[in-house]
Amino acid sequence: MSLSSARSITQSVGTPRALYLDYPLGQTAGRAGDLDEQRQILELACHSFENMSHPGSIVDLPMRWSEDDAWKDMVMRPHTENDGELSDDASALAGDQRRERYDTPQYQHAEDALTADPNCPTCIFLPQD
Amino acid sequence: MPSRPPVDYIERTTVLYSSLGHAPYQWVSHTDQPPWHALNKPLSACKLGVIASGGIYRHGQVAFHYKDDISYRQIPVSTAADELRVTHFAYDLSAARTDPNAVLPLQALNELVDRGRISALAPNALTFMGGIYSARKVRDTLAPALVAELQKDEVDLALLIPV
Repeated sequence: MSLSSARSITQSVGTPRALYLDYPLGQTAGRAGDLDEQRQILELACHSFENMSHPGSIVDLPMRWSEDDAWKDMVMRPHTENDGELSDDASALAGDQRRERYDTPQYQHAEDALTADPNCPTCIFLPQD
Repeated sequence: MPSRPPVDYIERTTVLYSSLGHAPYQWVSHTDQPPWHALNKPLSACKLGVIASGGIYRHGQVAFHYKDDISYRQIPVSTAADELRVTHFAYDLSAARTDPNAVLPLQALNELVDRGRISALAPNALTFMGGIYSARKVRDTLAPALVAELQKDEVDLALLIPV
């Protein structure tokens, strides 16, 4: 089973079972800091494991990100000259979210780089081709 | 207010990449019916494996890089949230860095075992950085390695958590 916040991509790939959470990308398992919601989503996943019967079907979860869904207008929209009028929340979703594709490890904290074990047995590096 | 249709990320990326002068991305598209295995025992007797593609690593592990990184990490399911880190080249990381459970809900997963909803979790969650442009490398190299891990752990079910 796959959770998803990108319904069209999940549908295109084709998963045996999927649960769709209609949220901005980045919290597919439930809102950050909201343990109750994360519990609810996993309970609905359990229920779906027990009850789904048709391969490829997607269950739409009942949670809603915000009252008005205005965030959906902005997601990945190319920047325009009117962007200055947008709220910070809206402009944070617009345009190209991608960072440069560095080919060296990108640590969350600089300190992590110093403590990382280059021979880490739980880091599995696979042959590139 | 009535809810509006889901964001179509395939359409949005097509428009955005075109505005940036990039060639269209070739999304994976399968038209066959997905494979299916019916649940053949009670959920409470099932062992669950977890795979998350949000770029989660544990303090002490090597972080992911951003250029078609097809490596993965084994993260013990007992790991505390403050030992988890998140790195990914293509989504807003602020929520996941505030609470890694938003992309790898270890606390709520462990509670499923505590209250007997499932019998066990695989000992390690498996994580990678899903911003991999080569579908071929995922299909031919990374996915089979992850499947082998799930088979070694003898899981009954797998939960995938993309971003």
